[in-house]
Amino acid sequence: MEILATALPALGEAWGLILQPIVLGYLALGVVMGLAVGVFPGLGGIAGLSLLLPFMFGMDPILGLALMIGMVAVVPTSDTFASVLMGIPGSSASQATVLDGFPMAKKGEAARALSAAFAASLFGGLVGATFLTLFILVARPLVLAFGLPEMLMMTILGLSMVAVLAGRFALKGLAAAGLGLMIGTIGIADAGGSLRMTTYDIPYLTDGLQLVIVGLGVFAVPEIISLLRQDRSIAQGASLGGGWLDGVRDWFANIFLSVRCSIIGVIVGVIPGLGGSVVDWIAYGHTVQTTKDKSNFGKGEVRGVIGPESSNNAKEGGGLVPTLLFGIPGSGSMAIFIGAVALLGTGDIEVGPGMLKDNLDITYSIVWLLALANVLGTVLCIAASGGIAKLTTIRFTYLAPFLFMLISFAAFQSGQNFEDLLALFAIGLIGIFLRRFDWSRPAFLIGFVLSNPVEKFTNQAFQIASFRFRKSFEEGIDYIFSPIVIVLIIITVVSVVLGLRQAKLIMAEGDVQAGTKRAPLIFLLVIMGYLTVALVNASLIPNYNMTDKIVPLVIGGLSMACCLVLLVQMIRRPEGDAIFADKEVAGEDADAPYGLWQTLAWFAALIAATALVGFILALLGFLIAFLRVRAGASWAKTLVLTACGIAFMCLMAGALNRDFPPGLLQSLVDLPWPLT
Amino acid sequence: MTQTSFTRRVVVGMVAAAAMVAPAAAEVDFSGKTIEWVIPFSETGGSAKWANFFAPLLSEALPGNPTVVVKFMPGAGSTKGANWFQQQKHKDGTLIFGSSGSTQFPYLLGDPRVRYEYSDWIPIMATGTGGVAYLNAEDGARFDGSADGLKDTDFIFGSQGATGLDLVPLLAWQMLGMNVEPVFGIKGRGDGRLMFERGEATIDYQTSSGYLGGSADLVAAGSAVPMMTWGALDENGVIVRDPTFPELPSFKEVCEATDGCETSGVAWDAWKAFFISGYPSQKIAFLPQGTPQEVVDTYVAAFEAVRSRPDFAEISANEVGKYPMFAGAGATNATKEATTVSPEAREYVVNWLKGAYGVSLE
Repeated sequence: MEILATALPALGEAWGLILQPIVLGYLALGVVMGLAVGVFPGLGGIAGLSLLLPFMFGMDPILGLALMIGMVAVVPTSDTFASVLMGIPGSSASQATVLDGFPMAKKGEAARALSAAFAASLFGGLVGATFLTLFILVARPLVLAFGLPEMLMMTILGLSMVAVLAGRFALKGLAAAGLGLMIGTIGIADAGGSLRMTTYDIPYLTDGLQLVIVGLGVFAVPEIISLLRQDRSIAQGASLGGGWLDGVRDWFANIFLSVRCSIIGVIVGVIPGLGGSVVDWIAYGHTVQTTKDKSNFGKGEVRGVIGPESSNNAKEGGGLVPTLLFGIPGSGSMAIFIGAVALLGTGDIEVGPGMLKDNLDITYSIVWLLALANVLGTVLCIAASGGIAKLTTIRFTYLAPFLFMLISFAAFQSGQNFEDLLALFAIGLIGIFLRRFDWSRPAFLIGFVLSNPVEKFTNQAFQIASFRFRKSFEEGIDYIFSPIVIVLIIITVVSVVLGLRQAKLIMAEGDVQAGTKRAPLIFLLVIMGYLTVALVNASLIPNYNMTDKIVPLVIGGLSMACCLVLLVQMIRRPEGDAIFADKEVAGEDADAPYGLWQTLAWFAALIAATALVGFILALLGFLIAFLRVRAGASWAKTLVLTACGIAFMCLMAGALNRDFPPGLLQSLVDLPWPLT
Repeated sequence: MTQTSFTRRVVVGMVAAAAMVAPAAAEVDFSGKTIEWVIPFSETGGSAKWANFFAPLLSEALPGNPTVVVKFMPGAGSTKGANWFQQQKHKDGTLIFGSSGSTQFPYLLGDPRVRYEYSDWIPIMATGTGGVAYLNAEDGARFDGSADGLKDTDFIFGSQGATGLDLVPLLAWQMLGMNVEPVFGIKGRGDGRLMFERGEATIDYQTSSGYLGGSADLVAAGSAVPMMTWGALDENGVIVRDPTFPELPSFKEVCEATDGCETSGVAWDAWKAFFISGYPSQKIAFLPQGTPQEVVDTYVAAFEAVRSRPDFAEISANEVGKYPMFAGAGATNATKEATTVSPEAREYVVNWLKGAYGVSLE
């Protein structure tokens, strides 16, 4: 009651602030800008917010907030376009959406998938805001109850979703997740600063690989290459079925799933340090486990879109709690947001513990501006989805060069190194082979995403636990096995047991035919080779830096064990056994008119040309050559499309103040932007 | 109404700036130019906040009111951006670079990734900060201005890494004879404070703005006890109490009161050198090598104009606090202080890092 007495007047004041025409106008402006930035994969809210920052200085606080929140709120909504239509995970918020969204687009149901996703996003955002309005007042003790053991367990729960997504061979899924974890450890270790699988002579690798690059490499590159080889449109038969109303109806039929996933989103979002990286996977896992007929997952099950999308906008709301209450950003864009708030007005709004006491009205304005921005963004997105879905009926050969352009640019934005492009290509190759031999790509990605949290929380929790145990045994046990930890352990065990039982039914790559022994065996041996090198490399770290070597050694060892068992099985089983799944034996890839390597060569050529003459000049040559030679377009069409592509690229990069990858030429001669 | 006030501010600012174009450097005019301020960190860090605060002010104060954009070039703990800046030569004065303690420390420690040389660059502006260490309520009760009562306690400290700014508190606590075990791998001091609030960490420190923004509330609520500040430098280079926290003793006072802690000798010199590099001259703005004097003067005049704005103290409270902002010669001095360390002090710290935390910098 006491809580309501403080909350209700503040809530009233907040709505008073929000419902001014000028505030709504700024919110709409932010939303439109956010949508424009969000459809661009890999840029996300950080780029957009940085663009707004110079205007924040001294701006009226509520207007500045409306503008910024409008921008941040819609990024997880609009990046759904890229994940559903092109199979490109735009940000960590839409990775799981790719699994079922893209197959739906391939079936010609893009509009339906999009509108179901948007309806779920909208609803998730609203549920999140409602929940937060009350929860934010009592959230502080709950957030503080989440210590390192709790966060570690939460990460392990996320990791346990591998069980659901492991595919037909649990061992292959485990090994794929292990490989992802190991690739995530590349770089300078956070704890002791040891170098893992890198040297100071390759500064690029010391920072580790970026999520954007791994996400694009594992999901986008293999799909683009595969579709390009088949030389067809994304939607089979270039026909569109399922309008946007169907999607909304689908969402409504699954409204309780949407509610549950929204709550999952808010709660996981509230926990600082986990960010959004696990939330969509947990939501996806939950969706699979609560669906009776599991046979359609991975092939275009609409529930697989509704679940993760309900959670990811709700997560944004939940992420406000650590941001506003503790001044600890839950994500990169929230970190900029905190910095920007300090510039607003007279600078007296300081994000942090004082927010609830001194600025409850502002806090509520932020929560509900976020919800309102979601509504606005979603309505715009649904309105556009029918038209944009038509992209999937275009012959893919005309889309592919522009997708190569987009993913290269997106990858480059993550580190602004030429090596970003090489890394994209290398991870893309891994992705192509994981896909071909039916090793779970989601498992690989989950492993990569959770590599750093697993290692960090294990080390830190271990250190503090041993400190507590030194004081007394009881204190140590109390610390490790708190009630929250026990609950999370139970959930994890249940989800692993159920997951393993169900995993065989979920074929994320479709039904892959088995072939001869040779190719799958070679791939396994290559993975084992990498694991061996990584294990040797980790074992060379001196023992006083145990924190840096223990996780790679254990994970690498376990993955190696999985691979060895697989090796024995592969040797003993006859050819044609499902363990030798190979997409090049039968099916779309095998029947494709173009080969893998000649298709991949186009992408390699773009990267090589960039190394020589820089991105824009390379793109010019690439687009013309591709459209003329591969697509067989007329000169007129080629030139118009090329001009459009380059103009679009320059417009976006110019507006966001971004650079392009430079090449050898640029190091010799000074050229004006955008050729720099 | 609010929008018009925003517009008005811009217009007034532009008129004011146009009226006070520095006569000494009238030849340099940046009309229609875009100045890039490169920050070797990501968009989310303290340096980003710092540059974003100064960028619009600098734009108003420079002749011709150029657009000032902040560009981010993160990587390899800021050494990537600094190495890049080392390669830049003067073109038309539209490039400036912002370094921070995290760029200065690898340079001082001889990090193998460092390919830059501070003495090549031309400092134009520098700002500093302070830091406050605090204890949990239980152990804080045993703190009486000396660390003698704390020597038998094991402390846990959430740390970003021993070679960064946390080097200064870790070395200070070790000089006091305290047993502080760092838990490495957190990102940002805010995470350290959260760990302290959860009771997992039992000792913590924050830079001045972080302390005022979050930890001061903990102190007011009785769940934390402030221990000491790192102090501040007076004009003679002597460490005095931090002007932002005049009621708190400096580390120097606590050290003097504690048995076995010396405020002279190689350990003290090493601590002081790294303290100066990390706090009183934490963030510095540079022009690239080869910049002509009139361009340097123009920038210095602009930053002096920013500093002498009547509202500067008020608007900069969050960014700079009650610490001096240096321009021109002051910035040159600050840079010298921040990037010079005697070979003995360096060796002491390198050996200590190796012995205590197994950090090897080769």
